[in-house]
Amino acid sequence: MFIGRGPFVSLLAILTLACSALAHVNSSAPSHPSNSQVILATTTSIQDSGLLDVLLPMFERRTGYVVKPIAVGSGQALALGKRGEADVLLVHSPDAELEFMAAGHGVDRRLVMHNHFVLVGPLEDPAGIRGIRSTTEAFERIAATGALFISRGDGSGTDVLEKKLWARLGDVPLGKSWYQETGQGMGATLNIAAEKRGYTLTDRGTYLARRKGLSLEIMVEEDGALLNVYHIIQVNPDRSSVVNAAGARAFADFIVSPEAQAMIGEFGVSQFGEPLFIPDAGKREEGLGK
Amino acid sequence: MDLVIEGARQAMIMLFTGDPELWSVIWLSLQVSGTATLLSLLLGIPIGTVLALTDFPGRRIIVSLVNTAMGLPPVVVGLFVTILLWRSGPLGFLRLLYTPAAMVIAQCILATPIVTGLTLAAMQALNPKLRLQILALGATRIQLLWLLIREARLPLLAAIMAGFGGAISEVGASMMVGGNIQGQTRVLTTAAVMETARGNFAMAIALSLVLLLLMLCVNAVLTMIQQHRRPL
Repeated sequence: MFIGRGPFVSLLAILTLACSALAHVNSSAPSHPSNSQVILATTTSIQDSGLLDVLLPMFERRTGYVVKPIAVGSGQALALGKRGEADVLLVHSPDAELEFMAAGHGVDRRLVMHNHFVLVGPLEDPAGIRGIRSTTEAFERIAATGALFISRGDGSGTDVLEKKLWARLGDVPLGKSWYQETGQGMGATLNIAAEKRGYTLTDRGTYLARRKGLSLEIMVEEDGALLNVYHIIQVNPDRSSVVNAAGARAFADFIVSPEAQAMIGEFGVSQFGEPLFIPDAGKREEGLGK
Repeated sequence: MDLVIEGARQAMIMLFTGDPELWSVIWLSLQVSGTATLLSLLLGIPIGTVLALTDFPGRRIIVSLVNTAMGLPPVVVGLFVTILLWRSGPLGFLRLLYTPAAMVIAQCILATPIVTGLTLAAMQALNPKLRLQILALGATRIQLLWLLIREARLPLLAAIMAGFGGAISEVGASMMVGGNIQGQTRVLTTAAVMETARGNFAMAIALSLVLLLLMLCVNAVLTMIQQHRRPL
């Protein structure tokens, strides 16, 4: 029977090291009082564009709040808000937002910014829709030719709008072999559309940020139906005792402040030659995109 | 393929120039998965040993449950831990969701059955006469357990490596309970998923290579301990 002592001494040393790591993890987690944490539920399109990486540090420096941005589809963001699992929502699904507000789940919905959706597709354009001005007409041709269309299918703001546009033609083509749902975020869906040479509806910001690595081109743009509007909504603190109302208000006030709005207007200009989002705080929604 | 080369180049540059963001992500990955593995050892080795050395009604059911749980889907664990830790959930008062501690909990739940199952197998593989011999020499129960664990140290170290591998390579649960928040809960796997979605494939590959390198380093240390003065 052979029993070495050396290995166990070193193993003990490793375990001790891991123990100290545990102590560190625990101490680093809630180093701020719990009410200094603001949970921001937002959309994958915002996260994938990188906008939060510039906005959040500025807000945190200025106010001392720590923001926890959770990037999900607008559908999930609103669901988290409904449960009081988020404090403030930055979303782009107007019909669902109005429903959310009407049910009393949110307070003080404010316009933040907009950009446009664009219909993108493979360079060879099998449905022949390049340059068409109306999305409805482009969708009609895609359906008629049976060209591959990749849908988010995740209940996000983009997905809701896309389904609404299909519904204008009658039925959403669920279950058709040329209509495929990814159930993933915008970035992942663009990757899939590029690989499978399909059409997809995307917000302009994510497309511009991603254009370089994708063999997808804009087919339809500047259609009034493709307006993509982002609102900030504070979750109603009267509905849930756990909501950080003060933090939510501070973040909402920040994102519509002139400094943050200027940053949004600048974001992407140096990299893509045009801003990814147009700041809109204080404007009237009816006048957008005109 | 050019992406892989570009990714490897990027990984090297970031590692050697001491890119602070990358190093903080590496450090957090190591802390979270190291802690989760440690906790899984504290739970899994005793449970596995007891299951191996005792007999009681229902033992076989528990053993099959442990064996099944060795393949727990991370997304299922992530979903249940998220719901438990929601502010409105049963453990919401702890305020742990979207913190490294939540990721430790999720990874520990994934690693513990792996450690338990492999411990159980290692202990059962020992010669049963060894136990009688140790007891005949007048060892106490604690001394017996310690000697058996030392005797089974080679497969037990394999259990540690498997548990750590399961914890650090997991992404579904970490994404859900951690939220992949920059500077707070972003680890190598969640960062790689995010960079892929952003289309920064070279960066995603760089992160993947760093993850593999990290796993290699940790396992090299454990293997050295395991194979040190190997009985021939």
